[in-house]
Amino acid sequence: MARENNRPTNGGYLDFEQKVADFERQVEELRKLSAKKGIDYSVEIRRIEKDRIIELKRVYSNLTAWQTVQVARHPQRPLLRDYLNLMVKDFRELHGDRLFGDDRAIITGIGQIARNKVLIVGQDKGKTTKEKIVCNFGCPNPEGYRKALAKMRFAEKYGLPVVTLIDTPGAYPGVGAEERGQAQAIAVNLSEMSRLRVPVISICIGEGGSGGALGIAVGDRLAMLEFSYYSVISPEGCAAILWRDGSRAPDAAEALKLTSRDLYRLGLVDAIIPEPVGGAHRNVHDTVYNVETYVAKTLAQLQHVPIDELVESRYQKWRSLGSKATLQGPLAVERASRIATTSRPAAAKRDTSTARV
Amino acid sequence: MAMMGPSSTTMTKKPKATWNGFSLKPRKEMPEGLWVRCPGCEHMLYKSAVQKNLDVCPSCNHHFRIGATARIRYLVDEDTFQPILENMTSADPLDFQFRGTTYKDRIRADQEKSGAAEAMQIGKAFIKGRGVVLGVMEPDFLMGSMGAVVGEKFCVAVEKAIEESLPLVAVSCSGGARMHEGVVSLGQMAKTSAALARFNERKGLFISVLADPTTGGVTASFAMLGDVILAEPRALIAFAGPRTIAETIKIELPEGFQTAEFLMEHGFVDMIVDRKDLRSEIARLIDYTQK
Ligand SMILES: [Zn+2]
Repeated sequence: MARENNRPTNGGYLDFEQKVADFERQVEELRKLSAKKGIDYSVEIRRIEKDRIIELKRVYSNLTAWQTVQVARHPQRPLLRDYLNLMVKDFRELHGDRLFGDDRAIITGIGQIARNKVLIVGQDKGKTTKEKIVCNFGCPNPEGYRKALAKMRFAEKYGLPVVTLIDTPGAYPGVGAEERGQAQAIAVNLSEMSRLRVPVISICIGEGGSGGALGIAVGDRLAMLEFSYYSVISPEGCAAILWRDGSRAPDAAEALKLTSRDLYRLGLVDAIIPEPVGGAHRNVHDTVYNVETYVAKTLAQLQHVPIDELVESRYQKWRSLGSKATLQGPLAVERASRIATTSRPAAAKRDTSTARV
Repeated sequence: MAMMGPSSTTMTKKPKATWNGFSLKPRKEMPEGLWVRCPGCEHMLYKSAVQKNLDVCPSCNHHFRIGATARIRYLVDEDTFQPILENMTSADPLDFQFRGTTYKDRIRADQEKSGAAEAMQIGKAFIKGRGVVLGVMEPDFLMGSMGAVVGEKFCVAVEKAIEESLPLVAVSCSGGARMHEGVVSLGQMAKTSAALARFNERKGLFISVLADPTTGGVTASFAMLGDVILAEPRALIAFAGPRTIAETIKIELPEGFQTAEFLMEHGFVDMIVDRKDLRSEIARLIDYTQK
């Protein structure tokens, strides 16, 4: 079956956007009517358009974690290709890891972002079915991570800052990937990126799927697009394990605190890049522009920092991650038990505590 | 057997070596009763015989999975282990709740079950008279998963090794990153790897020992970053677990897939070492690399 999966069958509306869809249908009908009968409905159309925007703003300012995941996976969401086309001037792809092959889920190359010469490393999911297959639905194999590192070393040698764009469901869980050392490839990237002697900016533009995302995300700054998500495990995978029921993914998504707002509040990401009203898929240009603005601003900051200082503060940034999430002292075990006891009514609290931010 | 040179250590306690004479207390990991069935050869084995053999089947060399306390007992010179941060526990950064229960409840239950505060013990010790900083994972505590505590302890171990110019030995045995801590636990992969990068710049020796099972975020971070990587026979070593792969690609997995032997054949493990030989092999590596 040819599944040119650019558009979902319902016209691109997610299930929580039904009212928006209704407004758009009304506008469409009025336009048709106007054309057929020559009556001017522009006042009505403007009114409905206004309501539509209000509704979009309302919906998107109250997205649940699971709805955010759906937006992040929206088939029309801008992908790496859009950023390369609209944000990077003079992009030249550099292929291959010089060891095994040229992974198509991770694209690397040189180009200019807001007049800064940079190395771009990005994950590509592909738009058409054919593209999706070529780039393995954005799931990199080890050679993708090794290519990324090889090109980052090249960038380091010539002082080019590195910009990484993250959008992957996860590193590929395949036989070949295991045979060629998926784990080792990611581990080496984590370690080497932490010491890279050029500025490194990472931006999660869609799906930040676990180690597969982190494998190109160890930098000086980690930003997220407003409705992207970043998680240690997919909500479906988490639900299958902890709820023993994959269909409880919405609950898992809430519990995992995978939205940009939750992660920012927890101090796990440095910045949230706003998306246009109704999400990135409704306005590709503005989305890319917001990302470009963030990159330009952040590069300007980081390029002033002496490199030893930058690498040391990058180290401190990662070294301190989660340090506050530990309890210490001889009574820690008992304290933890006590917390566990006193927080028993937490189950009842759940509905409110997991609701929107 | 290994030639052992004189050891240079900064610790004061006099090490007593050899396997013999260890007190092998009965452990909970084994089912009740005098006998145990070996998953390797299906033989019924006399339990105390297995335990005297470092929890290895005397008939087929199957390496039973062991907890951190037994592991430390089998690995270090008697009574030389000095724990660091032994009571550190997770503060549950996400306030994680699932299926009517909580992560905190799960922590408490596993603390009771395993007798361990968390999924990794770290400390200083001697191995055949050589001073080391040791990290050992605890499979009975949330499947040995890595959260903030494991990451923090691992980094403290690295820093201790830098501070005292000691080699670092870590025994991995883990289900991967700990879901209940979300991106906090994911970040520990980068945190531990960054600490090792710094250790490496200072010419620190890191010996990574992979025990059954070493998977997910632990494999994809510190476990695969050893200067030397040792593995116990037949240990499962993976990024994605075999079930995940089978579900994703729906083909039959090759024979011996993701075993220590498979990893060595594909170039990711230096040496497969029987449990009884770990001490001498680690000591040898230290003697070859440390002044
Ligand atoms: Zn046996």
